[in-house]
Amino acid sequence: MAFEESEVRYVAALARLSLTDEEIHRFSTQLKQILSYVDKLNQLKTDDISPTSHGIPMQNVFRKDEVIPSLDVEKALSNAPAREGPFFLVPRVIEDA
Amino acid sequence: MSAFETVIGLEVHLQLATRTKIFCGCPTLFGSSPNSQTCPVCLGLPGVLPVLNRRTLESGLKVALALNCRIQPALKFHRKNYFYPDLPKGFQISQYDLPLSFEGVLEVPAAAEAPAFAVRIHRAHLEEDAGKLVHKEGSRASLVDYNRAGIPLLEIVTEPDMRTPEEAYRCLQTLKHTLQYLDVSDCDMEKGSLRCDANISLRPAGAKELGVKTEIKNLNSFKHVRNALAYEIRRQQEALSSGGKVIQETRLWDDVKGVTLLMRSKEFAHDYRYFPEPDLVPFVLQSEEIQAVRRTLPELPPARTRRFMEQYGLSSYDAGRLTSEKQLADYFESAVQAGGVPKATANWIQGDLLAACRERNVEILDLKVPAAHLAQLVLLVEHQTVSSRMAKDLLKAMMKTGEAPEPLVKRLGMSQVTDSGTLQAAAQTVVQGNPKAVSDYRAGKRQAIKFLVGQLMARTKGQANPELAHRILESVLKEGA
Repeated sequence: MAFEESEVRYVAALARLSLTDEEIHRFSTQLKQILSYVDKLNQLKTDDISPTSHGIPMQNVFRKDEVIPSLDVEKALSNAPAREGPFFLVPRVIEDA
Repeated sequence: MSAFETVIGLEVHLQLATRTKIFCGCPTLFGSSPNSQTCPVCLGLPGVLPVLNRRTLESGLKVALALNCRIQPALKFHRKNYFYPDLPKGFQISQYDLPLSFEGVLEVPAAAEAPAFAVRIHRAHLEEDAGKLVHKEGSRASLVDYNRAGIPLLEIVTEPDMRTPEEAYRCLQTLKHTLQYLDVSDCDMEKGSLRCDANISLRPAGAKELGVKTEIKNLNSFKHVRNALAYEIRRQQEALSSGGKVIQETRLWDDVKGVTLLMRSKEFAHDYRYFPEPDLVPFVLQSEEIQAVRRTLPELPPARTRRFMEQYGLSSYDAGRLTSEKQLADYFESAVQAGGVPKATANWIQGDLLAACRERNVEILDLKVPAAHLAQLVLLVEHQTVSSRMAKDLLKAMMKTGEAPEPLVKRLGMSQVTDSGTLQAAAQTVVQGNPKAVSDYRAGKRQAIKFLVGQLMARTKGQANPELAHRILESVLKEGA
């Protein structure tokens, strides 16, 4: 399975990763190897196997609609690189015209 | 004339009213102090496990069934990946290929001058809400409040079945009214409990293929939806007529300027790289469970309309209008149970009461006229204690003071005069005081009696029973001739 350098750049951009040209080349090669390994699964006949998204045989795990105390605001904000009062502070992002 | 046909589809996000968030036990109270309703799960801290709130699934099912959707026998959740600071995890837990429900239909009832139509529902699925960004004017930073992150949402997507902004408006109204019947959300657009985006494209009239669409966001009321769509039709029409193209893009409605403006793209190519949420197991719905939820559904507008026609003898228009909104229908039925004559009660609600609501921009329950008071008013007219004209004034007084009509009638001296002795005397005075009209009447101008009845009504401060006044005047005029 092909995994071109352009695709590495695209995925890296989506994941907000900044990679050097050397890294892009290296990851492209490595990802190709990984994907071709995983591609072996395509050799299996899976017509009789129902699709699965889970490795564990469990379903319908719910919780009741009951309140559990939330974190204290100070605690919630304690890992924040920046804050203002009770808010998390982030670089300005605005979607406008 | 228009060479183009408009095609409109809607996307509605509904906050489901639950005590706790969709995947954690944080409360969902609106207006709490910032970041006071968060925990490691909804803040997306490492190593935590989301667990589905059963109530959200039940509420979602209720809506799906009310919208006549097919229910997914086994559903699962996906991660929708994108970076935005209102999304603490870097992905939103949503549904992708196996949504809760699909292929439904919403019947939009006839309006005063427009026929009923149906809008197909493409799908309705569960997902979590994002946090709230507060942009600081003139600052290079934004503030984030994650109280809303993880509030349960049901996303409802229609098929592109609407052809005019008015149809989109009526579809949204009907959808909101249906949702209010289900009691699964407060449907308050101002609080963001109900949010709407619209997709719109034009195509040459008669063409089968859809044109290029734009998506309109920032629609804070149904009126904005209607106005934004009307603007977008003009904009796309101009582009297409002048040989240009419509570009697929997201636009924001600016209600002050009355225009849609191009929104800067959030993520190029909108590549969300959906993949199955490994932390949530699949959910399998047994048909007995679905039936159990179906049994909890209230009587919905179409069925209630039919019952109102049969049980109360209302016309299909009256019944449809009253049942469109749950609180109107409930109010009507309470008034009828309190003794109100159905047809007259329906007329009062659709006439004076709704007019007062529009005038004051309030709901019927805010008018200070409990259903039992309306029933009494209807009965006062029915028993001819007050004339229907006096009743209108009486209703105004009721809305002002919140009092029941009977004590008000006494206090304001409003009782209709049905005592023929009193009227006889007043009629004689009127006849004596208006020789011109009397001679006209006697000369064969029968219309002149209307003027005399008016005078008699004025003398009795509108309290005379008009029919009785008419009869008594006729007899007085005969006697004197």
